[in-house]
Amino acid sequence: MNIPAELRYTRSHEWVRQLEGNIVEIGLTDHAQDALGDLVFVNLPQVEDAVAAGDTLADVESVKAVSDVYSPVSGRVVEVNEELLDAPQRINEAPYEAWMARIELSAEPEGLLDAAEYAKALEEEA
Amino acid sequence: MQLIFEKSRTGRGSAILPPSDVPAAPLPQALRRQAPLRLPEVAECDLDRHYAALARRSHGVCSGFYPLGSCTMKYNPRIDEELAQLPGFAGVHPLQPARTAEGCVEVLKEAEAALCEVTGMDAMTFQPAAGAHGEFTGLLLIQAYHRARGDAARTKILVPDSAHGTNPASAAMAGYAVVNVPSGPDGCVDLQALRAAVGPDTAGLMLTNPNTVGLFDGNILEITRIVHEAGGLCYYDGANLNAVMGIARPGDMGFDVVHLNLHKTFSTPHGGGGPGSGPVGCKAFLRDFLPDSRLGGHPGAQSVGQVRAFYGNFAVTLRALCYILTLGGPGLREASENAVLNANYMMHALKDTYDMAYDHTCMHEFVMTLEKLKHETGVSALDVAKGLLDAGIHPPTMYFPLIVHEALMVEPTETESRETLDEAVQALKDLAREAHEHPEALHARPLTAPVRRPDEVGAARNPKLRFDFA
Repeated sequence: MNIPAELRYTRSHEWVRQLEGNIVEIGLTDHAQDALGDLVFVNLPQVEDAVAAGDTLADVESVKAVSDVYSPVSGRVVEVNEELLDAPQRINEAPYEAWMARIELSAEPEGLLDAAEYAKALEEEA
Repeated sequence: MQLIFEKSRTGRGSAILPPSDVPAAPLPQALRRQAPLRLPEVAECDLDRHYAALARRSHGVCSGFYPLGSCTMKYNPRIDEELAQLPGFAGVHPLQPARTAEGCVEVLKEAEAALCEVTGMDAMTFQPAAGAHGEFTGLLLIQAYHRARGDAARTKILVPDSAHGTNPASAAMAGYAVVNVPSGPDGCVDLQALRAAVGPDTAGLMLTNPNTVGLFDGNILEITRIVHEAGGLCYYDGANLNAVMGIARPGDMGFDVVHLNLHKTFSTPHGGGGPGSGPVGCKAFLRDFLPDSRLGGHPGAQSVGQVRAFYGNFAVTLRALCYILTLGGPGLREASENAVLNANYMMHALKDTYDMAYDHTCMHEFVMTLEKLKHETGVSALDVAKGLLDAGIHPPTMYFPLIVHEALMVEPTETESRETLDEAVQALKDLAREAHEHPEALHARPLTAPVRRPDEVGAARNPKLRFDFA
C-alpha cells in the first residue's frame, strides 16, 4: 500500500498535504480507494464552506456503497477539484494526486498521523 | 436479447378494440400531443414471448433460493394473489362512493387493527408506498409533534452507524441534520456514545431491532429511555420485523413511531421495484398528525397532509391482510421463530468455513466477513456471490452493513426447507474450497447465468436510461 512520507493522515483514511501559507489539500488514501473499489460518483463541498475537523466534507460512491469523507482539519474551503465530478476514477487511479478540496486553516490541525503512524494504524485495523 | 423497442414494427398491434359506442369528444388543441408517442408496436404473441424470456432470465423466489439479507425474500403464498384478483377488489376505484366499497374499507380497518397488534401501536396509515417513504412520513410525524409543542430547537436525528442507508437519507430529506451513533464491538448501540449524543437538539432516534448485523439489541429499553429523557422520540425501522412477530413489539420496546415493509414481512411480491407498502404506525399521542383522511374522514388541522393519493397501494395491504389471516397470531409467531431458526442453522453450518462478523446466536439473518479469505486468496465477497449464481442461488446482500468489511449478509427466511438450506451451505463450502484451490476460476464466475458480470462501474458512470430511437 502506497503511503507517501511527506503527507499526514487520519484514521478515517484521508490524507493532508501542506501547500503554501496555511492552505492544505485533502484527499483519500490508497487504502481507502482500494477498500471502496471503483468510484462512480463524488460529491464535493462548496467553496466558502466552513468545516470543522471531523465534519463530513464530501462523499464518495462506489458500486459497493456511499461513504462520507471527513475533514481532517478546521477551516474554510477555498477550492474544490471539479475534475473529479466528471472523473471520479481519478481517485482510484492516482489517489495522492486526486485532491478533493483545498482548505484554508482556521486552527492548527490536531491529531494527524505521520506516514509511519498511519501504516501502523492500517496494520492494527487489518 | 432484443429490447421491446427493437422488436417494434410500425402498424403492428395486439389489441382489437370494439367500436366506440359514444361519440368521440376531441381534446382541446392546446392539450394535444404534437407528435405521436413512440410506443412499441408488437403482436400479442411476440409481447408474451418477450416477457416470458425476461422472466426466464431473471431469478425470483419461484425459481430458487433467494437469501438476500435485509430483504426478506420469503415465498409469497398464491392464495394472496387469488384474493387480490377478486373482481370486487381488483376493479375498485378509489373515487367510488364508500358505501359501494365497504369490503375495501373493512380490509383497511382489519389490517390496521392486526398490524397495530403486531407492533404495539395505536393507529396506522397505509399511504406510504414503501419503506423509505414510510421513514420519511414517520419523521414528518416526529417533526409535527415537536412543532406542535412549540419546540423548534430539535434539529437532529440520531442514526446508528449500522443503519440502513435510507435512514440518514430520509432524515436529511425531512430537513434534519443526521448524527451518527457508533456501534460497540458487540455490533449494538454504544450506550456511552448515545448518552453523549442526545440533548435538547435531539428530535429523535431511528433504530432497527434486530439491527442490520442480525442481532437483537438487548439494551433497547435503556436506549429508548435515554432518548425519551432527552425529549426525543424513537422511530422503529420495521425492516427486520420478520424476526420478532408475536414475540416482541416495538411499542413495548419504547418506540413511538414504526414503519413496516408489508412487501417483505407480510409476504407480498417485491424485488422488481414495487409496488411496495410502508405503512406507518404510531402511539395515540401522535394520531392527530397522521397523513391520511382516516377512511372517509378529513385530515385534521394537525395532520402532516397527504403523502400519497388515496389509501396507498391498497392491493399490497390486501395481500398482507390475507397473509396475516391465513397464518393467524400463532402462525405469525411461528414464521418468526422459523426465520430465526433457519438463519442460525445456516450460520452454525458455515462458521467453520467462513468468518462470522459477530459469532453469537443471530436473529433472522447473519453477516459473514470474507476479509481474511480475500487477503489469503484474492477472492472477494463479490466473487463468492457471483459463484453462487452457478448453483442456482441468488447471492446474499453484499458489502452491507458498512461496518463489516467484505460482508455477505444471509437471510434465508422461514419458508425454506432444511434441504434447501443444506444445498446452499454446501454451495458456499464448495466456493470456499474453490477460492483456495483455484481462485482465478472464481473471478470468472458465473459461467451459466444469462448475464455474467455486468459492467456495474460503466453503468453507474455512463448510464443509458432511455432507448435511443436514432
